[in-house]
Amino acid sequence: MSAPAVEVQHLRKVYGSGHTEVVAIRDASLSIARGEIVGMLGPSGSGKSTILTAIALINPPTSGQVTIGGDPVLDGPKALVDLRAFRRQHLGFVFQKANLIPFLTALENVQIALEVNDNAPKAARKRALELLEYLGVGARANNLPVALSGGEQQRVAVARALANDPSLILADEPTAALDSQRGRQVMELFAKVAHERNAGVLVVTHDHRTLDVFDRIVDVEDGMIHERSSTQPLPTP
Amino acid sequence: MNLAVRDIRHNSGRFVFTTLGIGLLLMIVMGMGGIYRGLIHEATLLVDRVGADLWVVQGSTRGPFAEISRISASLEDRVSAVPGVARARRFVSHTIQRVHLGRPLRMVVQGLSWPEDRGEWIPLVAGRALRQAHYEMIADLSLRLPLGEKIKLGRDVYEVVGHTRGMVGSSGDGLTFFTVSDALAIQSDVPGEAVRLERAARRARLEDIEIGRLQPLLLDRAAGPSGSIPALSKPQVSAVLVTLHPGADTAAVRATLDNWPDITVYSTQEQKDLLLSGMVDKAKRQLGLFRVLLIIISTIIIALIIYTLTLDKMRDIALLKLIGARNRVIGGLILQQSLLMGAFGYALAWGIGQFTFPHFPRLVVVEPADLISLGFIVLIISTLASLLGIWKALRVEPNTVLSA
Repeated sequence: MSAPAVEVQHLRKVYGSGHTEVVAIRDASLSIARGEIVGMLGPSGSGKSTILTAIALINPPTSGQVTIGGDPVLDGPKALVDLRAFRRQHLGFVFQKANLIPFLTALENVQIALEVNDNAPKAARKRALELLEYLGVGARANNLPVALSGGEQQRVAVARALANDPSLILADEPTAALDSQRGRQVMELFAKVAHERNAGVLVVTHDHRTLDVFDRIVDVEDGMIHERSSTQPLPTP
Repeated sequence: MNLAVRDIRHNSGRFVFTTLGIGLLLMIVMGMGGIYRGLIHEATLLVDRVGADLWVVQGSTRGPFAEISRISASLEDRVSAVPGVARARRFVSHTIQRVHLGRPLRMVVQGLSWPEDRGEWIPLVAGRALRQAHYEMIADLSLRLPLGEKIKLGRDVYEVVGHTRGMVGSSGDGLTFFTVSDALAIQSDVPGEAVRLERAARRARLEDIEIGRLQPLLLDRAAGPSGSIPALSKPQVSAVLVTLHPGADTAAVRATLDNWPDITVYSTQEQKDLLLSGMVDKAKRQLGLFRVLLIIISTIIIALIIYTLTLDKMRDIALLKLIGARNRVIGGLILQQSLLMGAFGYALAWGIGQFTFPHFPRLVVVEPADLISLGFIVLIISTLASLLGIWKALRVEPNTVLSA
């Protein structure tokens, strides 16, 4: 049995100290298997983005352990590996906005993720084009981001996240800037990526209309993670 | 993938205009170096071309290029008699300004020791050397006097018979060549009234002393032309140029001449050194200071533009960090942009200079060594200018992407 895509144990994050101390994460534990897509829900300020950035290795926790693909990477604030190199090789990111580099074409935006991971330019270009075609935006490969629609930009961002075959993809409200139809398409794309490419996918979302695409949903409240038994939306109080 | 080139392509307008500004600044830096070289070239041109081994000038002076030097024209004969001397020539040099055809005309008047020296050594681009003892001149093209043009200088009219190109004095005024006697006539030309007053003064001074009163003939002679009075000295020249016999011992000839207390002797190299250390040195320091200031200004401009371009890309740089780009990728992006800006600016400076420098009023000499050294300076300032941007870029946190 392969190691989980990510395993988080007793994560705690405290900002400030003394009178200004704010506990963003109290005690969060989470495990996502390879090939699994997990939705993370919670009200604003509940700590879900802090958990995501801790797993993304860009905001180390105060305590707790993060293990990705079986490799221990964080023990509290202490990095056990070269975090930037680890991100480049094992993680993929998608954000609310596509965050494409404006002076690169769609193809180059994907290609750059491959080249920073030491892929030869020619091979990187070939793989980037394959990914764009896989995500249905191959025809827009040579367009600058400004010429792409929001949905197309998000697809390019997903292609960039997939570029290095990451074991874990982290998405922070990826459908917030899209209409419901395009939002659903993107969510289904994540599910497809998780199942076909055997990657773990963690999606932070507020969009209750697409919860059915997740294999599992966790709720974050007051810095703690609660497993939800159903992927159906909670009844409105 | 070259990120720097792609970013420049995306922001081409800003890059082009900034590079144009940098290019013009570097062109001025290049031009100032060229003006300095031109000053040296112009200042030493005559000393080089005249082909003298030794310069005999007035005692305790630094020669005609540094200060007024007056020696007797007869010194030419004394020097010719020194063993080892092949030829001695009188040298007259002074600057005049006249109005010709309604425009001011400044020229450096050089006297050639006729008939030994007719100006055959002068590199002519048109016309011929002097053929007669009077009323002919060779003029530099910068004076815009066509061949055959007749110009009145003093009481006489001179015809332009030959042209030189680029032969100017240390002040940048075109050189003209006359026979020594013509050059002296031009130099000593005074209005008729002044001549009459001088003659009357001579007569009055003589009448005040006994010999004048006893010898009326002397009074008549004193009131006549200066040239007819043996007691008055002959016209003086600026220097005597000495050419030695091939194989002659320069030190021995110089030692002989050094024993004459009324003169000072310089070698050609010493004469050039005096020129450069005197007239050109201050210009060199002034131009050098301007060059340093302009280079500092160029560095600051490149640094500010690169910094601004970097600030515009902070989100993209944070994203690059998030996806794992190494610092050298990010630093390289900024450094390459700075180097490209410097390189294009340098090329532009060179290109514009090619068209504009020939139209400058003073000679601009841009030598390959100067181009290479300026290239290295541009390389260094471009690298330095990128440091601020690189420092800023390396400080940005990857989670800036999420918080933006």
